[in-house]
Amino acid sequence: MKSILRLDRRSYNEQKALMGFFYVLPWLLGFIFFFLIPLLSSLRYSLSSVQANSDGLIVHFSGFQNYVEALTVNTEFNRSLADAIMNMVINVPLIVIFSLFLAVLLNQKFIGRSLARSIFFLPVILASGVILSLESTSLIQAVNDQNAGAGAIQGLGTFELEGLMLDAGLSEWVVNYLTSAVSRIYSIVSQSGVQILIFLAGIQTISPQLYEASKMEGATGYEAFWKITFPMVSPLILVNSIYTIIDSFSNNAMTDLIRETGFTQFNFGLSSAMAWLYFAAVALILAVSSYLISKKVFYYD
Amino acid sequence: MHATRLLSLEHWKKWVWSFVRLTLIAGLSFVILYPVLQKISTAFKAKSDLYSPIVVWLPENYTLDNFVKAIGIMDYWQALLNTFSLSALTTILTAISCALAGYGFARLKFKGSQLLFAGVILTILVPPITILIPVYLNLKDFSLMGLIPLLTGKSVNLLNTYWPFILTSATANSLKAGLYIFIFRQFFRGIPKEVEEAAYIDGAGVGKTFYRIMLPNAIPSIVTVLLFSFVWQWNDSFFTTTYLTSSKVMATQLGSLPYNLQILLEDGANSKADPFYLSMVQDTGILLAILPLIIIYLFVQRYFVESIERTGIVG
Repeated sequence: MKSILRLDRRSYNEQKALMGFFYVLPWLLGFIFFFLIPLLSSLRYSLSSVQANSDGLIVHFSGFQNYVEALTVNTEFNRSLADAIMNMVINVPLIVIFSLFLAVLLNQKFIGRSLARSIFFLPVILASGVILSLESTSLIQAVNDQNAGAGAIQGLGTFELEGLMLDAGLSEWVVNYLTSAVSRIYSIVSQSGVQILIFLAGIQTISPQLYEASKMEGATGYEAFWKITFPMVSPLILVNSIYTIIDSFSNNAMTDLIRETGFTQFNFGLSSAMAWLYFAAVALILAVSSYLISKKVFYYD
Repeated sequence: MHATRLLSLEHWKKWVWSFVRLTLIAGLSFVILYPVLQKISTAFKAKSDLYSPIVVWLPENYTLDNFVKAIGIMDYWQALLNTFSLSALTTILTAISCALAGYGFARLKFKGSQLLFAGVILTILVPPITILIPVYLNLKDFSLMGLIPLLTGKSVNLLNTYWPFILTSATANSLKAGLYIFIFRQFFRGIPKEVEEAAYIDGAGVGKTFYRIMLPNAIPSIVTVLLFSFVWQWNDSFFTTTYLTSSKVMATQLGSLPYNLQILLEDGANSKADPFYLSMVQDTGILLAILPLIIIYLFVQRYFVESIERTGIVG
């Protein structure tokens, strides 16, 4: 009897495993056809000189020639890559800190909270792709900003603020970083929609008993944040940093350059080499930042 | 005496914080809404208002002329229909395939499923641009491992059709699909195992358990994935402008709007078109493109905000 049961159980598990394979199968097919094979051929193109003619592609192995060309001959590549990395280094910490702050804010109870939440997630919808690129060239916006004195929002005392902070003895570098953050507030807010959502969801899983207990012990809101909220959401800081890094790398001058090399100059080899260098840079940054952050992360269980 | 003073200090602190918070949130909300409000105000302005110093927000001469122009140039209704059907189609297919994969990875472990999940993570990490060229070439001469040439004699060109989107979304490899699989997996992992076991004991198979027990429980994550995938597909210019160069969808129409506008307004060869006016119509075009999304968002934001809090993205 027992052995039959065990047999039953095993076949049931096997059945589940088989079903699992079927459930994952659509993804697996797509993964092979639309990801793995293209990834490998992209690697192959990057190591070859590729010529397209009416019969198709002629691929000749040429070693690291494309890589050398991208790094030393092509005038734009290094600059675009450095720009993309610089932007990321500047923006990611700001976005992560800002979105954590806003998530804490939006989690508190106040009148109009649901309205505020729906406004703050609006950028998830609006800030992407072609809209963003057209917006940056909008003349109307520029003109109206000047007419309406809306420039005041941007320049809102950044000058005075700068002086104030410099007087307070902050280093010039920090001051510049902060004031530039103030003037880029729109781009920071518009890139933090998803991150705010993730932090908000995380904060709401923290059990209220922890806060109650700390309040009984006489902790202030400030202490509660640093001793409870911050450690509890710290794994999400890692998640959000990774998300922000990937997001900031999905559409920028670098990707435009790679596309242009591929699709208007038809230099598939060079374009693939650039794409791989770019991928390597992204991977390196992801590895370093997740190593640094995960050393500090506190795991509850 | 001492206690009351402390109490009032607390009281004051609370009030000051409320005020600071209100100011911050109102200010930032304004920063977010400002471009949208700006576009709405610009869209109704007449050309003459553009230079009028007294017109800031409310136009002096209301006109729908900008809308008429933008709608005409973008072939708006056609583009709207195309974009909507494309986004809806990919959204539904993506949600189905990603839910299946997510459930498979979360609950139906098999040999090598860990390794395959590492593959999902890899699809999130590799920038799409890295594989764009081979995918593009593949779609241009689509042969499905030599199967199609065997049947029809030659490979088919899938560019400028919806097939690239259908194929990638049906196989959970469309735009940001790795993220959706991740969301679903995290959510299904959070559902108690007992629920599933009870269903098995009652005689439901894996499939029945999945769509009668698990899916109804997974509505928060389904809503999240549906909205994300719809919106990102709608706004996507990366894949859309690569795969669909001649089809009329929002992304391509918006992308070529400045150019088409210039052609329309330039009478003859010499460019006399006022750049500010061009920009005005362009802004109206952007407004028209995002308007459907904003309307949809107004209806679903409540579900969205609530559901994402329960999705278990957090793990």
